[in-house]
Amino acid sequence: MEARPSKPLLDEEFSELYRSHLRDVYSYSYYRVGNHHDAEDITEQTFLQAYRHFERAQRESDGRPLRPWLIRIAHNLAANHYRDRSRRPQTNLEDATRLSAVHATEDVVEGREELAAILDGVAALPDDRRDALIMRFALDMDNREIARALGRSEGATKVLLHRAIRQLEGSLEAGDGHE
Amino acid sequence: MSDLERRLRFALAPVEPPMALTDRFERTLTELTDAAVEELADTELRAMRDPRNWARPAAAVLVGGVAGGTLIVVQARQRQRRRRPRGLRGLERRVRETAGSAIRAVRR
Repeated sequence: MEARPSKPLLDEEFSELYRSHLRDVYSYSYYRVGNHHDAEDITEQTFLQAYRHFERAQRESDGRPLRPWLIRIAHNLAANHYRDRSRRPQTNLEDATRLSAVHATEDVVEGREELAAILDGVAALPDDRRDALIMRFALDMDNREIARALGRSEGATKVLLHRAIRQLEGSLEAGDGHE
Repeated sequence: MSDLERRLRFALAPVEPPMALTDRFERTLTELTDAAVEELADTELRAMRDPRNWARPAAAVLVGGVAGGTLIVVQARQRQRRRRPRGLRGLERRVRETAGSAIRAVRR
């Protein structure tokens, strides 16, 4: 029978997980809900839940990275967030604040409209396609990680990403992404 | 990488969490710990006399332990951000502090 890890060791490992993935969880939450206030709530709840189930997750992960598991928790919390409050993500992602905070000023001035069109286009995609794009481009997750986070096969995830990009491309060409 | 993929990577740049988020997370955990300690102090004497109440303080110990433990790791993160030394010594001190306050509350 395998010995259980000690509490101080578990805490140290959880601390490492928190340090390594706080930005990932926050970025995912932010692009899902579209505002900082709710993104903070979801990030906080994600790590509280993660701590409660950390030992079991470690045991069952078989040495695989825990990032998909964390993002899956955030994904479920964001879904509940909308269900509970009967609302959809905000499409403009607090534009002015975010664009100036996240991107270099000269780039923003140059491409503000294009950027806003892309963000609006992403927000308008069906939930699973939008989520896959956020995981790929904001968090730089590979197909295997996204598949684990979404509970799909790698093949299905590859198709999902391909369709999401094609749909976004179509909507940008048609000018649907930005009003 | 296609042009759209390049633009997507730029548009969906990672967002830095606010520093206040970690402080808030720590506050939540402190509240959980305090609530668990109070629960423990209130019920401890009755629980010792009546076996039917033994489950509640046990649950409070569990909640306090979990929240306290998380508090310790978050505080470890804050210490790192402030470039203070981190590691087992600091963790051990936090464990002693958290355990000490719970024990004092129970003995009151």
